[in-house]
Amino acid sequence: MTLFNWTRRAVLAAGAALALAPMAATAQTPEGVLIVGQVAEPKSLDPAAVTAVNDFRILVNLYEGLTRYKPGTLEVAPGLAESWEVSEDGTEYTFKLREGVTFHDGTPFNAEAVKFNFDRMLNEDHPFHNTGPFPLAFFFSSVEETTAVDETTVKFKLSAPYAPFLSNLAYPTGLMVSPAAVEAGGADFGRAPVGTGPFKFVEWRANEAVVIDKYEEYWGEPAGAQAVVFRPIEDANTRVAEMIAGGIDMMVEVPPTALSQFEGDGFNVVEQAGPHVWFLILNAKEGPLADKKVRQAVNYAINKEAIVNDVLEGTAEVAAGPTPPAFAWAYNDSLSPYSYDPEKAKALLAEAGAEGASLTFYVTEGGSGMLDPVAMGTAIQADLAAVGLDVSIETYEWNTFLGNVNPGLEGKADMAEMAWMTNDPDTLPYLALRTDAWPDKGGFNSGYYSNPEVDALLEEARTAVDQDKRAELYKQMQEIVQEDAPWAFIANWKQNAVTNDRVENFTLEPSFLLQLEKVVKK
Amino acid sequence: MGSYILKRLVAAIPVLIGVSVLVFFIMAMIPGDPALAILGAYATPENVAKINADLGLDKPLVQRYFIWLGNMLTGDFGRSYSQNKPVIDEVMGRFGNTLILAGVAFVLCSVLGILAGVVSAARQYGLADKLITFTVLIGISIPSFFLGMILIIIFALKLRMFPVSGMYLIYGGGGPVDLMNHLILPASALAVVATGVIARLSRSAMLEVLRQDYIRTARAKGVGERSVIMGHALKAAMVSIIPVLGIQAGFVVSGAVYIEMVFDWPGIGQMLVNAISQRDVLLVQGGVVVVAACYVLFNIVVDVAQALLDPRIKS
Repeated sequence: MTLFNWTRRAVLAAGAALALAPMAATAQTPEGVLIVGQVAEPKSLDPAAVTAVNDFRILVNLYEGLTRYKPGTLEVAPGLAESWEVSEDGTEYTFKLREGVTFHDGTPFNAEAVKFNFDRMLNEDHPFHNTGPFPLAFFFSSVEETTAVDETTVKFKLSAPYAPFLSNLAYPTGLMVSPAAVEAGGADFGRAPVGTGPFKFVEWRANEAVVIDKYEEYWGEPAGAQAVVFRPIEDANTRVAEMIAGGIDMMVEVPPTALSQFEGDGFNVVEQAGPHVWFLILNAKEGPLADKKVRQAVNYAINKEAIVNDVLEGTAEVAAGPTPPAFAWAYNDSLSPYSYDPEKAKALLAEAGAEGASLTFYVTEGGSGMLDPVAMGTAIQADLAAVGLDVSIETYEWNTFLGNVNPGLEGKADMAEMAWMTNDPDTLPYLALRTDAWPDKGGFNSGYYSNPEVDALLEEARTAVDQDKRAELYKQMQEIVQEDAPWAFIANWKQNAVTNDRVENFTLEPSFLLQLEKVVKK
Repeated sequence: MGSYILKRLVAAIPVLIGVSVLVFFIMAMIPGDPALAILGAYATPENVAKINADLGLDKPLVQRYFIWLGNMLTGDFGRSYSQNKPVIDEVMGRFGNTLILAGVAFVLCSVLGILAGVVSAARQYGLADKLITFTVLIGISIPSFFLGMILIIIFALKLRMFPVSGMYLIYGGGGPVDLMNHLILPASALAVVATGVIARLSRSAMLEVLRQDYIRTARAKGVGERSVIMGHALKAAMVSIIPVLGIQAGFVVSGAVYIEMVFDWPGIGQMLVNAISQRDVLLVQGGVVVVAACYVLFNIVVDVAQALLDPRIKS
């Protein structure tokens, strides 16, 4: 046999192997099992220990809080608590807990369990406080004491009235974990989670999948799917390819440029505006932007329509002010966004004597909620150049960027990109617009905006127990802030997801949480 | 041979210490803070300081290095905060997956590369030689991640022959057949460049040997052509091919970083990329040390294999 014959046989054998191999590849995803393409591996499944929306998407199906958001809204509804009473001064909340609820490990859900959850997070002497860190514990920093009054009654004593409390209880940081499971698992609890939700944890195959099954003894209406599998697929293009190939039934955070591939038969694109604001922090303490007119000029100079339509391909809407419209009850809909008006911008710059000013602009390469920050940054740079502002961009990786921006822009930059996703209209302005939230006081007001009127409105809104009253105060705040322009208000993101047509009853929630209990998979 | 291997192993120790020093201090120099990665946009300087203290990152750098090194010698690589589990578990699990991918790619590129080189040399200037040389040139010029995307489009999306990504069918999957199915595209993409390099070098190594007097003698004595090429020439040429294989093994492992991202293969490359962006210092350090140790081991194996084939090398 010659060498050539020998190689030909090898080639034929290899060809045959290739032809046989694909037999298993085209298997369809099984009935009743929903496979979700996620953007990353979760960090932990301990709700008190995580901050990423990616992790929240799994958590809200395993756990429940005392309250929850009404489907399709950001309004608070009963969850594990059937009802509650608030003392007149707004510092005492008494919850009546739902009866007959058990955690997936059989531990009863009761007032002691609630107390355990809050003490673990807030009390440094608690024996299981070391199962943290608890980065969002400040959501509940006003809680002074949690008391189990009886089996089904729990009372919170707050240090001061704090209106966002009920809404924070519905946020993942407030979800209830099984005390017995924390005691058994210690720091590893986040890898073997136990809650009371419609799905129970089955397994976490490292870097491959998190599998959750329908919890048959669930107290409420049972889940529509037998199981959900969350698959981390970090590369967005690979995620899109996997969706087209049928390896997953649903994917979230579809890149804007890929959306058109899913228009047509076989797929459904779902969109939902959420409480997200993408803005520029403007340095109001020093440099040209210390002048309100220059800050307003920046707002007029930026073509926000072009950014949301061309750069973001319609996956966002133009923002009018610091509060996103998703907070419908607190949103001031009489505000309209700064128009795109380069002439007006030029006139304002001339009035302020800031023509041709040079600005340093911090741009990040990526980061949670930042959409397409480099492309958006360069579009903004071009718009500002058109009105005669000389903007030089400095780009940083997300962690480095936060390390530069959060301690304040003073002495470093005039503008910086930023985006926030929050659960209550209080959170963002309270943490990022008050005088007492300047970075040296531990807040996120990196641009040093200060207006005593805004400070007073925000303090009053946070302590007001009546929601209509709060709404009125937030609406006033938005008007003042829009006029003062401490930020350039750019966009509110519309989150998106794609499902194949075997998935039914799926909607996205304005809370950005992925509630899957009603979803049916054929 | 035993003392030669021992000598090579001892020489590897300073290399590994050097690697540990480098990776430790480079990670310390990279801007960005692990606490920021944990806290995200909600990072206040106060909380950052608290978390850094919890993680022991507030201690002097040199002290931290020796603590880390000391712990590592007892097998404790620390705990990854981004994965919330021991670094060594995460690294070994991931590394095993990379070895499956890189191992298959390595076998592919070695077998195909040597085979192509031998055929090319045996048919010098013939049609087969020209075809192989041309194909090899294309193979070497295509970046593996780009080839990966092309393979996904053709074989996964258009022809539906293979899955797009992952390592197993997620539900009800598993088993060697399923694994092979998921392996074929990424391993092929990973093997292409190395196959080209090995083919080129095998061809020239073979040509050199085929010109030697003892080959002419063998042919004159009537030894069959196949036996001349596979028996005499290839064995002699292997002495020069093996070091190339060793180097390519290294390239295949490092090339896996891109391929793992494209095919969502849960290996160490994908882990390192994420760990770096998360500033998960301990995970990066542990991962790099394990990969470096593996490289060193590869090199020792190559040296030993060479010494076995050609006893002159040992001395």
